[in-house]
Amino acid sequence: MENTIVIDHLYHRFDGRYALQDLSYEVKPGEVFALLGPNGAGKTTTIRLLNGLYKPSGGTIRVFGNDPVTHGSEIRRQTGVLTETSALYERLTARENLMFFGRMYGIVESLLLKRTEETLQFFALEKRADDRVSTFSKGMKQRLALARAFLNDPRILYLDEPTASLDPESTLQVHELIESISKQDDRTVFLCTHRLEEAERLADRVAILNSGKLLALGSLAELRRQFNPGLWVEIDLLHPLTKTLDFRVLRGVLEGSVEGHKARFQVVEEGAIPALISEMVRNDAQITGVHQEKVSLEDIYFKLQTEVKEGQK
Amino acid sequence: MNWKAVFTIAKKDIKEARQNKSVWLPVLIVPLIFVVIMPVGLILGVSSATGAVGNPMNDPDFAVFLEKMPEFMSKLINGMDSVQSSIVLLLGYLFAPFFLILPLMFSTVIASESFAGERERKTIEALLYTPATDTELLMGKVMAGFIPAVLITLGSFVMYILVVNGAAYPVMGRIWFPLPSWYALILWVSPAISLLGIAATVLISARVQTFMGAYQSSASLVLLVLVLLAGQATGVVYLSVAVSLLIGAGIFAIDAILMYYAVRTFNRDKLLASAA
Repeated sequence: MENTIVIDHLYHRFDGRYALQDLSYEVKPGEVFALLGPNGAGKTTTIRLLNGLYKPSGGTIRVFGNDPVTHGSEIRRQTGVLTETSALYERLTARENLMFFGRMYGIVESLLLKRTEETLQFFALEKRADDRVSTFSKGMKQRLALARAFLNDPRILYLDEPTASLDPESTLQVHELIESISKQDDRTVFLCTHRLEEAERLADRVAILNSGKLLALGSLAELRRQFNPGLWVEIDLLHPLTKTLDFRVLRGVLEGSVEGHKARFQVVEEGAIPALISEMVRNDAQITGVHQEKVSLEDIYFKLQTEVKEGQK
Repeated sequence: MNWKAVFTIAKKDIKEARQNKSVWLPVLIVPLIFVVIMPVGLILGVSSATGAVGNPMNDPDFAVFLEKMPEFMSKLINGMDSVQSSIVLLLGYLFAPFFLILPLMFSTVIASESFAGERERKTIEALLYTPATDTELLMGKVMAGFIPAVLITLGSFVMYILVVNGAAYPVMGRIWFPLPSWYALILWVSPAISLLGIAATVLISARVQTFMGAYQSSASLVLLVLVLLAGQATGVVYLSVAVSLLIGAGIFAIDAILMYYAVRTFNRDKLLASAA
């Protein structure tokens, strides 16, 4: 199947400064793709370029096989964007906001009425549909902005910092909504965030940016293998080991230590763990627990960002 | 051009403007002053004036104006007494340029709300992500200023007809207003002035960040109307039908140039840059 988004050696400049530098990646149909990076990394600029709001300074972009600069209107008809600020008309009601944007997307009136009702219900806003948006809480505004982005049944849903400034309860609600939206109809979700746990929870693949440059790209498993080879295993012991264990002779074990009731080993892959356990049992170890310590996206992210900072010094 | 999108934007902007006190308050108060308070005050003042001092016909400046008056105006007041002549010349003639302030003010206040106001409230980005083209966005915003400005001016004109004829009836004894030159003024010059206000607001809005900033800058166009008023009061310009048609054509030509420039410079990239 053809990639939904193809970015090839993309550059973008503002006032002589590069906002994006030599970006190349693809986004597949139906995947949740996260763009991670600190403020100013170029995440919002990327969304604007993909929708034809900006003209790139260099390189090419294809969305559904079309150039956003020349086919911006056609592309935008098939996308929905949750902007960083909710950008809702506060003097209008929730229903009026949705109806306005539905008409702008060219949805026929009879279908729009039905779709607006369904969307208001899906985002649990039907009871406040005829209230002015200015009376809404932040969480409700974010849900309405998400509803607006979703209204035209987009093939790509762009979400720019969807949970920034939301409290934990609203964040959870928005995460659940994004999860249910992303599972519908092979929809591609392009998520820009600086919240690592959000990307870890929602994304199939992530791209990590810094100052407009791509630092890493892949699924979390791929990034773990690439940037932090090996995984750590912690083993709980009923009694301290009485024999000395030479773990270096074991295949797949990189390093380790045993102290009292705890043993920690780094292994190249999960497959090395059973042999390690067998060897310990053979050495009279009484094991009460085995815990695998996975490297988080946060570990990888900060490792990369620190490398960039050190490289700049 | 997708006109459905154009009018959807216009309708939404008008609805929003209606709910903004900074917009509807001047739209309510200014016509009240120009259409009701001032004409009624003038009619009462002129008709109650007694003796040589109170009669405007005896004012030396007014006497100069009467001397230079073209023939079509002399015919107009021929056979009227001094009070009737004063009312016709003041409210039917000298007051006409004042009326042009209305479309100018309506168009600039609504267009400022529509362009700069939307950017100020940071709602513009969501609009830019819709399928509308740059030209459709611009036209939608232009219509949002133009349609209400023209309609409110027409409404104010109808009200002025009722007020002037009603208040002056005891003196005039007949329905005498509107004079022919007013039709050209309302139906030709007033739409041209509305467009001028909008075009100026579009260009100014690209450089200012707030609704008030845009409105205050574009409102300086009112000086043009004041120049016209001074020209007419001093006898330099007489707003006959022909002169009105000519002035309207000139303003439309300026509108065309400004709108051409606005279409060329109005794009998403610049709107986002100035909104940042």
